[in-house]
Amino acid sequence: MSLPATQRRGRVGGPPDDPPRRARTRRRRIPAKRWFPYVLLVPALLAELAVHVIPMLVGVWMSVQQVNQFTLRNWTRAPFIGLDNFALAARLSSPAGQQLLRSFTTTVVFTVLVVVLCWLLGLAAAVALQKPFPGRGVLRTLFLVPFALPVFTAVITWRFMLQRDTGLVNRVLVDGLGLFDDKPFWLVGPNSFVSLVVVMVWRVWPYAFLTITAGLQSIPDELYEVAEMDGAGPWQQLRRVTLPMLRPVNRVLLLVLFLWSFNDFTVPYTLFGAAAPPDADVLSVHIYQSSFVTWNFGLGSAMSVLVLAFLLVASAIYMLFSGRRAEHA
Amino acid sequence: MRDGVGVRVARITVIVVLTVFTVVPLYVMLVSSVKPLRDVQGAFTLLPSAVTVQPFIDMWRTVPLAQYFVNSVWVSLGASVCSVLIAILAAYALSRYRFRGRGGFLTMVLSTQMFPGILFLLPLFLIYVNLDRAAGTSLFGSRFGLIITYLTFALPFSIWLLVGYFDSIPRELDEAALVDGASPLGALVRVVLPAALPGVAAVTIYAFMTAWTEVLFASVLTTTETRTLAVGLRSYATQSNVYWNQVMAASLVVSLPVVAGFLLLQKALVRGLTAGAVKA
Amino acid sequence: MRSSRTTAVLAVLLLVFGITACGSGSSSSDGKTLTYWASNQASSLDADRQILQPELAKFEQQTGIHVNLEVISWPDLLNRILAATTSGEGPDVVNIGNTWSASLQATGALQPFDDATLAKVGGKDKFLASSMAATGAPGQPPAAVPLYGLAYGLFYNKKLFADAGVAPPKTWQDLVAVAHRLTDPGKGQWGVGLEGASYTEGAHFAFMFGRQHGAQLFVNGEPGFDTPQMVAGVSQYVDLLTGGVVNPSDAEHENDTEMLRDFAAGKSAMIMVQNYATAALKTDGMDESQYGVVPIPVPDPLPAGGAKVSSHVAGIDIAAFANSKNPDGALKLIDFMTGVDEQKVLNGKLGSLPVVTQAYQDPQFQTPLIATFRGVLADAAESMPMIAQESQFETLIGTSVKELLAQAAGGTKIDAAAVQAKLTAANEQMRTGG
Repeated sequence: MSLPATQRRGRVGGPPDDPPRRARTRRRRIPAKRWFPYVLLVPALLAELAVHVIPMLVGVWMSVQQVNQFTLRNWTRAPFIGLDNFALAARLSSPAGQQLLRSFTTTVVFTVLVVVLCWLLGLAAAVALQKPFPGRGVLRTLFLVPFALPVFTAVITWRFMLQRDTGLVNRVLVDGLGLFDDKPFWLVGPNSFVSLVVVMVWRVWPYAFLTITAGLQSIPDELYEVAEMDGAGPWQQLRRVTLPMLRPVNRVLLLVLFLWSFNDFTVPYTLFGAAAPPDADVLSVHIYQSSFVTWNFGLGSAMSVLVLAFLLVASAIYMLFSGRRAEHA
Repeated sequence: MRDGVGVRVARITVIVVLTVFTVVPLYVMLVSSVKPLRDVQGAFTLLPSAVTVQPFIDMWRTVPLAQYFVNSVWVSLGASVCSVLIAILAAYALSRYRFRGRGGFLTMVLSTQMFPGILFLLPLFLIYVNLDRAAGTSLFGSRFGLIITYLTFALPFSIWLLVGYFDSIPRELDEAALVDGASPLGALVRVVLPAALPGVAAVTIYAFMTAWTEVLFASVLTTTETRTLAVGLRSYATQSNVYWNQVMAASLVVSLPVVAGFLLLQKALVRGLTAGAVKA
Repeated sequence: MRSSRTTAVLAVLLLVFGITACGSGSSSSDGKTLTYWASNQASSLDADRQILQPELAKFEQQTGIHVNLEVISWPDLLNRILAATTSGEGPDVVNIGNTWSASLQATGALQPFDDATLAKVGGKDKFLASSMAATGAPGQPPAAVPLYGLAYGLFYNKKLFADAGVAPPKTWQDLVAVAHRLTDPGKGQWGVGLEGASYTEGAHFAFMFGRQHGAQLFVNGEPGFDTPQMVAGVSQYVDLLTGGVVNPSDAEHENDTEMLRDFAAGKSAMIMVQNYATAALKTDGMDESQYGVVPIPVPDPLPAGGAKVSSHVAGIDIAAFANSKNPDGALKLIDFMTGVDEQKVLNGKLGSLPVVTQAYQDPQFQTPLIATFRGVLADAAESMPMIAQESQFETLIGTSVKELLAQAAGGTKIDAAAVQAKLTAANEQMRTGG
């Protein structure tokens, strides 16, 4: 968002004889005109501005308007109500505020669980398949399938399996293993949260597996050999070689997983519909209900802005702590 | 090096557990697709009472699956090709040049990844429709509008990954080309890109998958003619019936090309992610 | 040189791609075409198209106006209408769920049917009075006119009733007693089947049963969800499950598919559902001779101030968009669709009820089944609150009911206090606009 200003400065301002200061000497041979990199960025910039930045600003603007069924048709002239929407969304003494808070807590717990589980499964699978053995290729392929399926398909299949009377899950858990006396519900009630986590993990862990597999390939074998000569067993090798070497991969992977899980809409919506059980009422669905189902787009936008603010702060802190290096790549 | 018993047991356990976890839903999908409707409506059975291919025939009639499929292929291909081209240009600039606003640009691109879709869905829709009044060409309900939308969804990750990948390619390579008289873009196309192919493949697949499975925006930005598969599959659930077996059959059929393509390119994907992810 | 050439090639590639990929989807405005968004009424979108297309061909023959038909599934329809409302770019004619009419009326997106406009589609008296009540807020020109009529009925399995030697219930107390007689969990047989996870169903029953206890949901625009009357109404519904005559699994049924299937399979002896279910039951293998339908019975004696409400005025309305470039054509199409002949054909094929009085003279609508539904719709149905915030009301109340049912199914004791607490929260949210 700071970009337009910065870029204008870069293009217009600055004395023409100012060489790219940070460029190292050997790169001076590239006969770059100063505008050249900007030209390369223009398509990306335009696309991001058109589809993300400008609509987002309109969304922020909507959050201080009263955009509902009465004003929707002339939404550009909706009444300005300042921070009323925010006050309504964030007032914890009101049911709406309590629900938003509960939804937020649910989403955070959900996201943390999904990220951790995906990462653990991905790591376990990648390490288990690190050394070649017959059938490794088949397994790698198989593990990637859930990620390649259309989301709707994957989730609807799970829905099918999670039905209380006719689903496979209860057949196995209750009839097969006898774990419960009474058939549990998976699509309503407290367990719906468990279902949501499991389905999301099933869909997304292959991505963690793929990325970690890629990361493992860049670890030189010598490191393991040295560790082995030092007498390190397999567990210590994992702790002393694999995990430290994976740190840069993990940094990106965890952030991507975090953003995906936090913002995901399709999985909870397909699993539960527009009115999710309170235990699985994550923010994306909650906000969808507030805006598209009950037509209060101003309130929905205000909630989204709060979420955005949280994500920006959380990601910034994360990047700071995990050592940002894109600036001086 | 030889593994101890503990390690082998652990490995086999991991493999077995994850295989079961992965396979069971896939099996349910497969077996349901060959069951008669009556079967899939009752309690789940491991085997069908009768094997039928009828769902695979009926599914084309119940909803215009072929049309959705064509739409999805168009949109996903368009979005992935465009986003990769744009990402290559941007990543090249970011990797090879230092200029003002570079950090700002990276930050902006990455923060767009955090925008909740709900926040800009309605505004985006309004902009697309109003463009129709202003410019006479509608982005709403057109495949092109969807392509533009999806290509930006994939851009942040693609740029991020490609910058890392380009950084891992020695600058001496393109500098040599430049000394030989090539233009910067010539160097990009003839020297850097060939070396970065796995990275490009990884990004293409990522962009394709993003477009292929997106539901929220597609449900608002498309009409019946431009509906994509991800949304269109919902039409098997109608007012008074859910054609479970046809849903599963259709899902299988539409998944095959993607799964196949994904898996064919798997090696490139792993290699592409290696350099990119490690460097980024 | 080289660099600019490559850039140019790339740019051209992008452009060409853009242009070829760009579909043209705008409709013309020469007065000879109309765009019509129909809702999904038949067993699939395609079935709807096959029913409507020949009729629209007749319309084209009569008027020379070509209709571009798009059948839209229910999950998408409201979003599409919202989109059309905000953008001004929409169809000329649209089907709407009649509970939406006051909300859509408030947006101003629909052409109001003042007396002059109504006259062009045959006048107010052409339609069933009850259906006409669900076309917009009272005191304002309607935003739509009725198209297909629907009403709730109590479907009962004749064989199960005969085997147990019971008669169709006449009072609510009767229904509960009969349900107990017919419940045998050991055999997997239950008295009543529900669609417990559907928030719209929950809202409908909360409204209907609340009205039976005399609840006023809105007084001068102020919500009154948590009155003792509403608590009694909602409890009446939830008690079916806590009372043990409903399979607890029904609490997770999000659409009616499972409920109808259980009924067709004899797993539940009674269901409360709208008349469109007759078609679905046929696909599930249950013939019309195997079940009977009576109005959903009300408590006897009726609680003080209570009304005899066995259904809400359900159904589909048809409306013209205010932005239509062909408003006359739009009204012609609405007149055509609500004409006596079309009403006979369409409702006959779709399993819904005609909304124009005259159409009932047709023999196909004189079966006992249709007579029952028609009686309910005409005499024992009230329309859901026709207020602009209807969708909010429906979501809040419906979600509360859904959550109560889920809790009850999970074994939590649901008493009046628990119902009261949920409804108070919903009321507060409705009041503050949350």
